Amino acid sequence: MSDRILGGVGLTLAIFFAWSTTLIQESFMTDVVGPKAFPLIIAAVLGAASLVFLFRPDPAPLWPPLNRLAEVGFAVLVCFLYAKVLPELGFIISTTLAAGYLTWRLGTRPLQSVVVGVATAVGIYIVFRVILGLSLATGPFGF
Amino acid sequence: MDTLASLADGFAVALTWQNLSLALMGCLLGTIMGALPGLGPSNGVAILIPLAFSLGLGATPALILLTAVYYGAMYGGRISSILLNIPGDEPAMMTCLDGYPMAQQGRAGEALALSGIASFVGSFFATWGLVLLAPQLVKVALLFGPAEYFALFTLAFATLGGIASTNQAKAAFAAALGLGLAMIGVDAQTGVTRFTFGEVHLYDGIDFLVAIVGLFALSEVFVFLEHRSTDADGDTGKKMEIGKLYPSWSMIKSCIPTMGRTTILGFLAGVLPGAGASLGSFIAYSSEKRICDRDGTFGKGDPRGVAAPETGNNAAAGGALVPMLALGVPGSGTTAVLLAVLLSLNITPGPLLFTQNPDVVWGLIAALFIGNFMLLALNIPMVGLFTRVLLVPPRILMPVVAMISFVGIYGISGSSFDLMVMVAFGVLGWVLRKLEVPLVPVILGTLLGNAMEANLRRAVSISNGDWFTLADSWLSIGIWLVAIVGFILPIFLGRVFRKKMDDEYEKELSD
Repeated sequence: MSDRILGGVGLTLAIFFAWSTTLIQESFMTDVVGPKAFPLIIAAVLGAASLVFLFRPDPAPLWPPLNRLAEVGFAVLVCFLYAKVLPELGFIISTTLAAGYLTWRLGTRPLQSVVVGVATAVGIYIVFRVILGLSLATGPFGF
Repeated sequence: MDTLASLADGFAVALTWQNLSLALMGCLLGTIMGALPGLGPSNGVAILIPLAFSLGLGATPALILLTAVYYGAMYGGRISSILLNIPGDEPAMMTCLDGYPMAQQGRAGEALALSGIASFVGSFFATWGLVLLAPQLVKVALLFGPAEYFALFTLAFATLGGIASTNQAKAAFAAALGLGLAMIGVDAQTGVTRFTFGEVHLYDGIDFLVAIVGLFALSEVFVFLEHRSTDADGDTGKKMEIGKLYPSWSMIKSCIPTMGRTTILGFLAGVLPGAGASLGSFIAYSSEKRICDRDGTFGKGDPRGVAAPETGNNAAAGGALVPMLALGVPGSGTTAVLLAVLLSLNITPGPLLFTQNPDVVWGLIAALFIGNFMLLALNIPMVGLFTRVLLVPPRILMPVVAMISFVGIYGISGSSFDLMVMVAFGVLGWVLRKLEVPLVPVILGTLLGNAMEANLRRAVSISNGDWFTLADSWLSIGIWLVAIVGFILPIFLGRVFRKKMDDEYEKELSD
């Protein structure tokens, strides 16, 4: 079933890709092939492969139970939030929060997680900012 | 002789304090990453590319650092195979078969030292193979026109799934996905925008570094989260007795013929498209088993069973660099990542690299020799140090990996849009892995998509719109034939091969 869904999504994607190809505005001076031909070939390959999934699916993989899936979902959410708040809160605060959350969810005890989070943030800050001089996000307090 | 003179120049480039210390750092980091289960050569190098890039290293130093990581990871993979019976990366899978039984007999130190020597032999001679073979291949490659290159790119995609691929449709799907992603942005030849949907951030296209780090590194974190309660803590409990660190001379001597044969096999597996290091170590192990397993000791801690796969996979790692450097077409996941390094440094690999930037190529090759000696020195007396690293639990390690990935990407562009794209790729990577869609063709597609299209358009433009020009010379017809056979053969043989590999593995473990 999973492969059939993949095939459906892939086919939709291929059609969408081909349709967006037709929307490309060609400029008045262009080469013989033009900017549309190669994307159309790609869309054809994508579509053909998806059809194979639809008609000859592999046995479904073992999907994790719903709570595990939610776990992954929340981690993804935290990563997105991290990307969002990084420029505002600065590197140390956001990294402490994100690393602490991830290690807690991976099975570190809550209090320890705070320590691991702080240690990760400060450790990376020292190695990459202080020693190697990389530019990291600066927050309201300058770190 | 020309080659030797170039190699000597290469040593002159590589032997500076900065390059030597970078090589040492790369070897250390690489061995650690290889040893840690879940981090292998490809995601190890992937995490470090953006860092090397934003540190502002020049082309040669950056390459030296990252290939040292690559070689180091190939060495490091054996450590957890031997001590924990968990392969540190896929190529080290076969090393478990005889390495772990040796460790159980209290000979872990000997197994580690012997496999260190075997790794050295494999990569040392494979690097010589690279020195001798790559310039020859360059001579052939100079005959290539755009049509041949287009065929060659197709060949790379067609064979990337490898002979052991189980589902070629999934490999094709992955390649198309990667190529499609490469199309996003401004078309280099006509200047029109494609698939940007008015989003300004997309005009430059998707940075392949963002895609690589997301797909390889971040998705690993999600995989760990998914399996947390089952076995991710990997608590090994008992401490393995290392035993004496130096193998007896007679043991090494008994392994010399094995190492000789498997070096050649592994190197060939690395050079040929569609094989790579995992298959190299598998072929090496099974052929040695057939040749010298007279008393049925293989699988029960035979030193030759440790030497064979380690020599094989390290020789394959060296062999895989040949097509990557000489043709610009990688044949394996990790060399695809190394190609990303070159491209982000604005170096186009291929025949012109050897004539235009000989200092880069030969400096890199010299650094491989130096790195190899460093790895031998690091891996035998200091192997105890690396075994300590295995004690860091994944629950602490994985968040660190995630955060370093973010730091690297943020360091390049400083934009939180790129970070979000990276997270999206992490999710995509996780889903694709669940569905057994290979990730390497996706990466290769985003890397090569634009070059592939450019060659297609150039070839067809030269012949005034005649598409048959793509198969107009004997050279290109030959490449097309190999590509077609390489794509079709696994459909019939792939299942058989994969099953044989797994059977062998299962059977040995249950013995």
